[in-house]
This record gives sequence, C-alpha cells and structure tokens, in this order.
Amino acid sequence: MSSLVNILLQGVLLGALYALFAMGQSLVFGVMRLTNTAHGDFIVLLVFVLFVLTNLAHMPLWAAVPVLIGIAFCAGYAVQYTVLNRVSSRDPLPSLVVTFGLSIVIQNVLQEVFSADPRSLATGGFESMSITLPGGIALGLLPLLTLAVAVVATLFLQWLFGRTPLGRVFRATSDDREIVQLMGISPRRTFALAMGIAFVLIALAATLYAVRTAVSPSDGPALLLYAFEAVIIGGMGSFWGTFLGGIALGVAQQIGFYIDPGWGIWLGHVLFLALLTIRPQGLLPKTA
Amino acid sequence: MNVNERHFEIRRATRASRVAVFVLLIVAVLVASFPYWAGRDTLRDFTQIAAYLVFAMMWNLLAGYGGMVSIGQQAYFGIGGYAMLILANYGGLSPFAAVPVAGVIAVLIAVPVSLVAFRLAGGYFAIGTWVIAEVFRLTLANVSWLGGGSGASLTALQDIPRSLRESLTLWLALAIVVAAIGLLYVFLRSKRGLALTAMRDNAVAANSQGVDVKRARFVVYLVSSGGAALAGGLYFVSNLRISPDAAFSVNWTAFAIFIVMIGGLGTLEGPIIGTLIFFLLNKFLSDFGTWYLIGLGTLAIVVTMFFPQGLWGYVSRRFGLQLFPVGRRVVFLDPGAVVRPARAESADPRHAAH
Amino acid sequence: MIVEAILETRGLTAFYGDFQALFGIDVRVERGEVIALIGSNGAGKSTFLKALAGLLPASAQQIAYRGEAIGGMPAARIVGMGIALVPEGRRLFASLSVEENLLLGAYSSRPGRWTLDTVYTLFPILKERRHHPATALSGGQQQMVALGRALMSNPDLLMCDELSLGLAPVVVREIYAALPSIVGDGMSAIVVEQDVQLARRVSKRFYCFQEGRVSLAGASAEVSDEAITRAYFGAVT
Repeated sequence: MSSLVNILLQGVLLGALYALFAMGQSLVFGVMRLTNTAHGDFIVLLVFVLFVLTNLAHMPLWAAVPVLIGIAFCAGYAVQYTVLNRVSSRDPLPSLVVTFGLSIVIQNVLQEVFSADPRSLATGGFESMSITLPGGIALGLLPLLTLAVAVVATLFLQWLFGRTPLGRVFRATSDDREIVQLMGISPRRTFALAMGIAFVLIALAATLYAVRTAVSPSDGPALLLYAFEAVIIGGMGSFWGTFLGGIALGVAQQIGFYIDPGWGIWLGHVLFLALLTIRPQGLLPKTA
Repeated sequence: MNVNERHFEIRRATRASRVAVFVLLIVAVLVASFPYWAGRDTLRDFTQIAAYLVFAMMWNLLAGYGGMVSIGQQAYFGIGGYAMLILANYGGLSPFAAVPVAGVIAVLIAVPVSLVAFRLAGGYFAIGTWVIAEVFRLTLANVSWLGGGSGASLTALQDIPRSLRESLTLWLALAIVVAAIGLLYVFLRSKRGLALTAMRDNAVAANSQGVDVKRARFVVYLVSSGGAALAGGLYFVSNLRISPDAAFSVNWTAFAIFIVMIGGLGTLEGPIIGTLIFFLLNKFLSDFGTWYLIGLGTLAIVVTMFFPQGLWGYVSRRFGLQLFPVGRRVVFLDPGAVVRPARAESADPRHAAH
Repeated sequence: MIVEAILETRGLTAFYGDFQALFGIDVRVERGEVIALIGSNGAGKSTFLKALAGLLPASAQQIAYRGEAIGGMPAARIVGMGIALVPEGRRLFASLSVEENLLLGAYSSRPGRWTLDTVYTLFPILKERRHHPATALSGGQQQMVALGRALMSNPDLLMCDELSLGLAPVVVREIYAALPSIVGDGMSAIVVEQDVQLARRVSKRFYCFQEGRVSLAGASAEVSDEAITRAYFGAVT
C-alpha cells in the first residue's frame, strides 16, 4: 500500500515539472494560437545558457538564475518579434515549419558547441536532499521545490490573465487581433510580450530540470511532447487545467515505470490518447 | 474586356508540361534499364530517392491538399517497414509482394487511429500525430521477438543472389513511384481532386457546395498513410535491417517538410523537384554532419518566411511554369493574345481572404 | 479665417488584395458635425471607415486629420490621435466581461469626459450587467457596449459602422437617442447606415456611396428621396 502512495507522490512531483514545462506553451497557445515545435528545445537551450553562466562565467547559482531570467525574457521577445510574428497566422503550417527548423538548428548548434554528452548542474548536494515522511516515504527537496514553483507559476498566470490590465490585453488580442488595434494595442508587441513571459517560465523550468537530471542537446522533442500532452489532458485555455494535466501525466508515467522501466513513457502517451478519445475537451476545459 | 465577345477555350496542358511528361517517361524507361548497366550505388540511390519521394508526396497530399499538417506520418512509414518484415520473415511471403500488403495493413490501422487523431486540429493535430508515432515506436521497442530496441534483419532475402535482389528492389521502387505519381495525377484531375483543392482553400465554403469535408479528409488520411507505408516497406527491403528508431524517426517527416518547402506545397511536381534537390544536397553535404542540418533548418525557416510557396513555387509563379497540369486555364484564341496560366493549382491556402 | 475640417479625404483608394474597393473618395467632416454615409451592401462604406481607422493601408496624403496626413498610419496610433471606430457587427471581445471591454477602450488613456461612470450613466443597463461576459448580452446591449468602448478613448471623431445592424427598430431608436448627448460637446461623427431615413435624421450632411464611389453628397434635410434612390442604386444602363 505504501508503495502505491509512494508511486502517486513521486508521480505528482514528476508531474509538477511537466506542468512547469507546459505553462509556457499554454500561455503562448492561448494568446496567439502558436504551435511552437521548438518549445522543448528552448528549454534545453536555456539549460545550456545556465551552464555557460555557472561554469564559464563562474557565477553562483543564486546570481545566475536571475540573469538567466533576464536573458530569457529578452530572447523570447526578440524571437517572437522578429521571426515568429511573421508566421503567427491562422494557418498552422508556417509556424510549424519555422519552429521545426528552429528546433533542428538549436539542437545541432548545441551539439556543435557542447558535444552530445549529457551534463547536469551541481548544487552541492541539494539535489539529493529529502525529507522522510512517516511510513518511510522519502520526498526529495528539489521535487518539492519544483511543485512549489509550479503552483506559484499557475497562481501567477491565473492572476495575470484574470485580474490585470495586461491580462485583459492578452485575452482581447487572442479573441480578435484586428479589433484590438482600435484600442491602441499593438498585437505584434503583445505577442512578443507573451513570448517573453513564456520564456521566463521556460527559464525556471530549465533551471529545475538541469539540477534534477543530466541534460543533452537532443532532449528537446521529448520535453515538447510532455508539455503538449499536459496542456491537452488538462484542457486548453485553463492554467489550472495545464497544472492538473502535468500532474496526471507524471502519475501515469510513474505507474508505467513501476510496472516496467520500458513502459513508463509509453503509458503516459497512452493515457494522453485515451483521454483524447474519451474526453477531448480535457479535465478542466475553459467554459467561455 | 467582355469575355463573351472573345473566342476562347479551356486547356489543361502547357508546352512545358507536355515536355515534362515526355521527359519523365523517358526517365522511367531509363531507370528500368539500370540493372543491366548501372552500378550498385546508382541502384541504391534511386531506391532511396524513391522512398523519400513517395513519402514526401504523401505528406504533401495530406498537408497541401487535405489541409492537415502532420508530424506523425513516420508512424506509417515504420508500420510499412515492420509489416513487410513480419510478412516476409514469418509469413513466408516474398518481401516484394509484402510491400503492397503492408500498405493495405497500414490503411487498416489508419482507420481507428484517425478517430483519435481527428479530435485535434491545426497545430495540435500535428503534435498529436507525433505522439501516436511515438507510441508505435515505443511499443515495438518493447517487443523482444522483433528485436526490441536494436531491431531485426530481413532474413527472407538471404538466399537470393545479390544482383537479382538489387534489380528486383529497383523495379519495385520504380513501380511504386510510377504508381504513386500516376494515381495522384489522375485523382487530382478528377472531380474529387477539385473538391480537395476547394476544401483546402476554404472548408466552410466547400462544405456548402456539397463537398463532404469530413469524409474527404478521412479518405486523404488513409491514402496518405497507405502511401507512406509503401515508402517504408520499400526502404527497408533495400536496407535489409530495421529498428524502431530508424523506422519511426521524426526525421522522415522533417525531410518531407524540407522537400516540400523547397518544392512548394500543393503541387504535384513540387515534391519531385524538391526530392532531387534534397537528395543532391544530402549526398554532397551530409558529411558535414551537424552543419548540414543547421543549414537545412535555416533554409526551412528562410523559405517559409520569405517564399511561402516554396522555391519551386516561386519560380513557377514567376515564369508561369506548371509541369503537371491539374488546373485549367482560359486561353484566348485571338492572335497576339497573352496567355496567362490560371493560379488554381499552386494556390496558396492562405490566399483565401479570411 | 477658414475653419479647418477635422477630417478630409482626397482621392482615397482602397484594395483587398487585387480587388479595388474604393476609387477615389473625397469626403469632408467639419468640426462638431455629424455626417452620414449611406449606400447598399458592398458599396464601400465599411471599407472607407476601416481605411480611416488604419485597419486598411492607404497613401499618406489621401487622409488628412486636422490638416495632418495620416493615411497608412497604424491603427493603434490613430486611436491615440482621437479617431475611434465602432466596428460593424460590434466585434466585442468574447473572453472579457462588459466592464473589461469598456476598460480596454480606455487603454489609450486619452483625457476627456468619458469614463466608466459616464458610460454607465449613458447606458444604465450596462452597469447592471457589468460582470457578464460581453457576448452574453442582447444585440442592442452589445451595441451599447461597443459604442461605450469606443467612447472610452475620448475621441474627437467617432465613427459608427451600421449601429442598427440586426437590431429591432425600437432598440435602434434607443441607441440613436443617445447620439445627441454624445456629440453635444463638439465631437464630430461619421455614421454609416443602411436605413436612409434614419441616417438623414441624425446627420447634417450625407454622402451616398455606390460601387466604391461617391454618387451623391448634400445636406440631409434638403435632398429629395428620388435623388437618393438614383444615387443609391446607380444609373441604369
């Protein structure tokens, strides 16, 4: 029995990371209907930027992370404004191909510069610290931190979209990008801002990911699929939905790993497809 | 200019297209004779080109005509390969006969898969199909009697002398390419083909004109899947060895996308030209490894942003060339009248005002 | 001293891709005036307003606002200069409530008498429904929201595209009854209407559009019904 509880808890903690991967994508798809095939690769890219900051520039982690966030925001804004804005239209093909191209470029540039070897971030032991619950279940501090960050991120996005003027701008631009100009809003700048925020979320996810596992340049596509599945399972248009979707995915994968290591990821994919067949609108679909 | 007052007729072929069809026939005969005089490398090259070409044509059919962009057609490429292997190694069927059967099997599998995949649309359909392909890959990687992650060999061809095997493979490749091009050409010229073009440009309007959009999309998906399986089966007959990572790799779709981006979406000649260019690039530059891929990726980005019709599409619109005339043009019969080809066939789906 | 017109177009042309919708429109709006644009469907009235609002490209010299050439300027800048459009079909933001739609109208932060409170005074029913999703309201109420949203930018030139579209006559009357108090303090307005009599009642001058050209212009009170019918439908060949 305690092993079932353990699986569920580990699944939730794994899922929190997936939820964090997915938040950025949920935001971007919500505001500008953009399918970013390079989403996972941007996570990996920021991981390697972090490596450069900590290893080459010898920055301590507590200083490197804010710098990373600053770099991420600017990079996201720039990428959207210069490249992706040209292809963010109703036809999905251009944005798919362009981001697909970006994905390949990023993976190969990273491989050229850093070699294909996986590497991870050392934090002097934090990644292996844990607290032990009664019953002998150990919960890692890093996964708990990840869960906390994921919850805070979800709350933040929910607040941003629902209660702030910027959130109004995002929702209106997503509704009608032509008419929103009549209010004095530039859709192009709005999209760039959304992408900038999404990149900040990606930076947070990248940091936690790099501390947790060894990352290699080709990890991107797998992360994209997890993020995407979390968004669909949870229901499009809802940040809490994305959060729950990530958790559900993490739990499914953990159960799969327990049955047999080869079937872990498979079970996650199958859960996704099953949910898509039975309840395509997701767990918490937007009612509007 | 009142059309009623001028004499005109509707024509399909252009001079360029007549020349092109003639050239292709000659090429087909030439290729058929390869086994009698060409080197092993040439035979192998052609088979590879054939596999890339057919897969790209099927992706083009799905995206350019069906309006469904998929990053998961490699699922059927792999199914084609594995079905052929199973039928040949364990079913006693000749691999060359197994390829078409594999195509049929893929279509049968595509039916239930489409029920799931069609729950999604647009960009999310694209990624969803990728997930489905991953499920196939992971499933097969866990099946130990098929070699699991390290794959299996096509033992059924062990006893055939090598030169015979290579000749038969080449003729199979040629047959598949000719059949694919021929069938697509006939299909797109027909009423159904016109319906597809209408559907791609504006599904709602097409629906109101009596085009059954759902059914048409379903049929296109099935055809595309069957064709992808033929390409896969062919490729692994030539390769003699299959593994889940090779069979279900997303790179197949990546290459199809590049080919179509170079050649232009939604034309019949686009994939042919695109494949030839891509293959040449591949042959001479792939030694540069990562830099070659970086170049390809950058090319895809640049072409999509600045040449949304593809490089060939840009050229063909600029100079009015259309090699496979599936559209119709109005030709005025006045002496000295300027003949301008209709834009129907290479029409950009984004052209329709939304 | 010649009083400068608040808006003047000179030979304004407009295209949708290869299709030409406007063939050289000359229209003039004096300060504080309400003019009407009438014409059948597809005559180019909405196209004209869109070009003025910056939603369609135009040559700089073709549109003069307060003497300044603004043709081709981005729409987001034009609203900051004091031109507001109530678009055809309302085009409210479905994800936003009534109040949020109105607040968005004030994004450009132009000073003036129109605030949330003054809009609610003008259309009290909106205050009752302020937190409802905007598209859940009735057609007439949605039109009020669209109008209020445009007012929130405190424009000097208000452009209304077919306020009466799809609304019952009694509702239309209610909305147009508010127009005098809106333009009372010197705001200029262009009103596009298919209902000719209504357009004549609310405006001082009118222009009739027909197939992308101005077929008739004059004082609303003086022109004959016959002249309008001829201009509206075009000459018979």
